[in-house]
Amino acid sequence: MRKSLFNIAALLTGFRTTFGYFFAKQPTIAYPDVKKQHAPRFHGLHELRRYADGQERCIGCELCSIACPANAITVIGGENTPELRRSPGERGAASYEIDELRCIFCGMCEEACPTDAIVLTPRFEMADYRRSGFVYAKDRLLVPPEAGVGEAPNERPNGIPSDLGFVAKKKSTVDIQTGYSATHRGTILKTQRRGLAG
Amino acid sequence: MNDVLGVLPWWVVVVVKSAIVLAVVITTFAYSMLFERKVMAWMQLRPGPNRTGPWGMLQPAADAVKMMFKEDLTPLTADRFVYRLAPFLSLLAAMGAFAIIPFSEDGQGLWSVGDVNAGILFIFACTSIGIYGISLAGWASGSKFPLLGSVRATAQMISYELAMTMSVVGVLVLAGTTSLAGIVHAQHKVWYVVPQFLGFVIYIITAVAETNRAPFDLVEAETELVGGFHTEYSGLRFGLFFIAEYLNMITVACIATLLFFGGWGPLFGLVAVPGLVWFLLKAAGFLFLYIWLRTTLPRFRYDRLMAFGWKVLLPLATLNLVATAAYIALAP
Repeated sequence: MRKSLFNIAALLTGFRTTFGYFFAKQPTIAYPDVKKQHAPRFHGLHELRRYADGQERCIGCELCSIACPANAITVIGGENTPELRRSPGERGAASYEIDELRCIFCGMCEEACPTDAIVLTPRFEMADYRRSGFVYAKDRLLVPPEAGVGEAPNERPNGIPSDLGFVAKKKSTVDIQTGYSATHRGTILKTQRRGLAG
Repeated sequence: MNDVLGVLPWWVVVVVKSAIVLAVVITTFAYSMLFERKVMAWMQLRPGPNRTGPWGMLQPAADAVKMMFKEDLTPLTADRFVYRLAPFLSLLAAMGAFAIIPFSEDGQGLWSVGDVNAGILFIFACTSIGIYGISLAGWASGSKFPLLGSVRATAQMISYELAMTMSVVGVLVLAGTTSLAGIVHAQHKVWYVVPQFLGFVIYIITAVAETNRAPFDLVEAETELVGGFHTEYSGLRFGLFFIAEYLNMITVACIATLLFFGGWGPLFGLVAVPGLVWFLLKAAGFLFLYIWLRTTLPRFRYDRLMAFGWKVLLPLATLNLVATAAYIALAP
């Protein structure tokens, strides 16, 4: 008898709990309509920065590519000539590709970068229907000159404002073949480097 | 209004009333489904359907279209005729009960399709026939889970129907009539939930079991029996079972309102509010109770379900009946 009385109390507790939740505030964020506020230094999509005069900061040194634990970055350096002046120094990036499907968004590329050229933004909506759409080349990574300089990654307490740059809005111009070979090429390059070091 | 009714032949009146009741009931079904999903979602800290129109108001329409376009499968091992008959049987029984439910009162029988003087018996007959739909569906599917589900259905519904009928007899004894309108009139002074509280509690519990709703949904038991009796059904045939389940829910909610909560009688003496509104509000309250039960309680174990029905509910219902009868016999 004692036990059954206890059970009725337990039942009532259950009903009270569910009825309480009926009026409780739901934690759901109606995602496409409402977007979550990210942590100030959230690691999202990359972008390549410029100097105030519009020249690219990237000098094609490939340190980001070497630092990348996921082999996601492929940089091909190129000489700057008077006809084609990308960046202030002697060299710049002839090609710069990041496979965002391989990327683990660890931010080691921006730590490795000596010129603060590669920077992670808080943008995270990169969905695409094709794998090749996730290989971001300079056409989508490089911010337009009018986007401004922006803070260096180690100088931004509040992260990068998400309206800076336009990177994620552009569709890739890289075709599927290049998409796969970008990663593949990166792997080959790393293997070669290791061979040289060993 | 009543003059017009007097002029028309009786069958025209019945057909028109049936059409209206059918339309209203099917709409109510559609929105009780949405109501359930919403209430359940809120109790589980979710927003519930909200992408189809404001508050998901078009969700029933979306569901209906989905149902219609799904493939209608019949298993090779099924008894084809019975397999196809079963959902209709289920729905027919569920809808039949609405024929005599008085939704309000004007003294002329305007608010019910027909007033049968053995009303409550007719409704119990309808719900009993509904068991055939479920039993036959499971048996005719020709596979094991539906069969298990229908075997459970038969045992469960027969056991609980006994206690349910017993619990209601107390009300009938008090009212001295089996006509639903008569029972409501008899509650003019005090609702029967007060003198028949035990009967009311037993009725609510058994009604949940009778409609195969959680925590008594062993007939469907999707965690053990896939979908129970309707595992093999798809498309519109499954939809018919779905409609039948919700209509049964609405029926037992209506009966609870009529038998224990004074039907269309007003609350707090607010006579200005139409009886129909009171009736619908009370019935909606019972639907809410159903959903509340479903979100709160886990499913019964089968042997405990049986033990509870036979060893607790039935003796209590009998006790209630005997006590009521003794009161009627001995009271001045």
